[in-house]
Amino acid sequence: MSVTEREQRAFIAAAAADARVNVELETEGMTLNIGPQHPATHGTLRIIARLDGEQVVAAEPVMGYMHRGYEKLAEVRTYPQVTTLINRIDWLGSFANEVPFILAAEQLMEVEVPPRAAWIRTILFELSRLANIALFLGDMGVQLGALTPVFFAFRDREFVLNQIEAVTGGRFHPNFDRIGGLKDDLPKGWIEETRGVMVKMRTFCDELEDLLMGNEIFEARTRGVGVIPADIALSYGLSGANLRASGVDWDMRRDNPCGLVYDQLDWKVWTHPDGDSFARYWVRLQETREATYMVEQMLDGLPAGPVMAKVPVIIKVPAGEAYVATENPLGVMGYYVVSKGDLGPFRVKIRSASFNNISVTPWVMRGVYVPDVITILASLYFILGDIDR
Amino acid sequence: MWTLAIELAYWQQTAIKLVVVALVIPTAALILGYVFLMKMMSFMQSRLGPMEAGPYGTLQLLADGVKFLQKEDVFPRRADRYVFALAPVVVLVSTFLLYVVLPMGPDAVVSSLDAGLFFVLAVASLSVIGVLMAGWGSANKYALMGGMRAAGQLIAYELPLVLAAIGVVIQAGTLDLNKIVLAQANGELFGWGGMGFPYILTQFLGFAIFLVAVQAELTQPPFDMPVAESEIVGGYQVEYTGFRFLFFFMGEFGTAFAFAGIASVLFLGGWYVPGLDPASGWFNLIGPFVMFIKIMAVSALIFWFRFTFPRLREDQLQKLAWKVLIPLALLNIVVTGVLKVLV
Repeated sequence: MSVTEREQRAFIAAAAADARVNVELETEGMTLNIGPQHPATHGTLRIIARLDGEQVVAAEPVMGYMHRGYEKLAEVRTYPQVTTLINRIDWLGSFANEVPFILAAEQLMEVEVPPRAAWIRTILFELSRLANIALFLGDMGVQLGALTPVFFAFRDREFVLNQIEAVTGGRFHPNFDRIGGLKDDLPKGWIEETRGVMVKMRTFCDELEDLLMGNEIFEARTRGVGVIPADIALSYGLSGANLRASGVDWDMRRDNPCGLVYDQLDWKVWTHPDGDSFARYWVRLQETREATYMVEQMLDGLPAGPVMAKVPVIIKVPAGEAYVATENPLGVMGYYVVSKGDLGPFRVKIRSASFNNISVTPWVMRGVYVPDVITILASLYFILGDIDR
Repeated sequence: MWTLAIELAYWQQTAIKLVVVALVIPTAALILGYVFLMKMMSFMQSRLGPMEAGPYGTLQLLADGVKFLQKEDVFPRRADRYVFALAPVVVLVSTFLLYVVLPMGPDAVVSSLDAGLFFVLAVASLSVIGVLMAGWGSANKYALMGGMRAAGQLIAYELPLVLAAIGVVIQAGTLDLNKIVLAQANGELFGWGGMGFPYILTQFLGFAIFLVAVQAELTQPPFDMPVAESEIVGGYQVEYTGFRFLFFFMGEFGTAFAFAGIASVLFLGGWYVPGLDPASGWFNLIGPFVMFIKIMAVSALIFWFRFTFPRLREDQLQKLAWKVLIPLALLNIVVTGVLKVLV
């Protein structure tokens, strides 16, 4: 037996021994069901995560636990009745859900909305954005283990809800938007009160910037976690702040205001180049602040006049098809309305933002740790009603 | 000067000590739970907290305790029954043992051991076994992850805890907790006697490291990954209901109280107040009150962190322990040792 041969055999034996040890040491993976009942999903989202220790090998979101069939239900209701349903899609910023549907119906009927109605509509739209995103800003802290910010969020969000209630009569489900305008005008003294609330909301933003965003642990937990590059974000159909946090400068409010008065205001679209969880938080914080300035501008420039156009008492929408999308708090929300000239729509297709936003999770959750799953879910910010409709 | 001297038989002393320890832990847990978990946290979060049960909600935790006792004792079907049932007891026993050597006055201590500090740090790590048992015995994936996280974390933070205390031991020259208090009471502040010399003045770094490590030992935010409600839904506690959960709760807050006590003994001068003769028997009477005030001050710090910070990730926690806290603690020991020899 030559030396080289002996070496070769020793090598083969060593390799075989190594392989045996590796097989013995190889640990079995674990499948973890995160949800449907889990505090981080704030609803009934289920994530099936394949784990290797604490690391996620693959994650798959399962949705549909909260499907309520609004698209089908809308077909057996009249146009004014549909708004009560779609109020409940994104239950934190309800008024914003009504607007695109009403705009689509108005487009089919070719109704011109009085300017005052359009302005108040936009004000309420931005107020519902504040009510929605303020909760995100605090909730992110809870998901990361800081209990205090969410209580600040609930406290200051209450002021915004009060203002919405003062106009519409409903805190969560206003059902205030009508085809051709609005149900009522603003109550007396409301404009001054709202100015005060806007100042409060800005203070709230400053507080959270100090308390949460300035915290080093928060930065360590969110920076570089869940990075979504711009091309991936676009190909998965992300929208809203999630897309802008990936550096894509795209905002339906500026690019296609369709009936709302954003083109008459002086404001800025915030973007962040990083695309990580921190960027998503940062963009939303800036947008909250921007929204308060927008509301103040609109309160200043509010035109006088009626809030309702002349529309028939029994609304029949002429046959046709229309698609209107607006920049809702969670992202782009669109309604594709098909009418056959009846009292109710023939078919309504709802494009809701969270459904697309959450679909990126299998891509972004590969190789992250279990705590990062929660960070990513929190920073993508979904509402279960908006996913499942 | 008249000194307090009561002679009791050994069995009488033992009986008194047993009753005191058995009463102190639930009381301590209640006080900390009410003052900090309910009231301080509520005020920090601009709300009132419990207000209905008793004046200002003082009896809320008693009401909660009664509620816990009424609940059904649930065992998961696949659980390892004995391990599952025993785990909360193990955790609580480790808490009980901590109180054995905690000095509340010159003689007001259950058992004054020569290696008291060593004993404390040794029995404190017993709770890891209970937590691991709970994580394993529950037959739940979340519980298992919580148990594993707890084990890794408690072992990593045991080391800075011990190393931070060593600085004090070097300065005092003893492991006996009561003698450490006396060493601080008899020390001179810049050559000015009668004021005592709390070691926080020289061992500030040690105090900071000790508090951080205690925070991790108690699994409180920012080191609460083993329970992490938003991630692993309570971790090793997830399957526990009723009085077994109450045991974990009492264990957590009882340990917080005990560790705050040890921190005040090591760094804040224990039961001593400046201006009195440390040999005076009166300290057996006022000592517990002095200790209580100091413990509440340290607990306030601990809970302040708890309600403010977000949670670290598991790997970041280990990095903090091994790359920051342990080197700093070693540096503290080296500097203390060199100065002890030189000065």
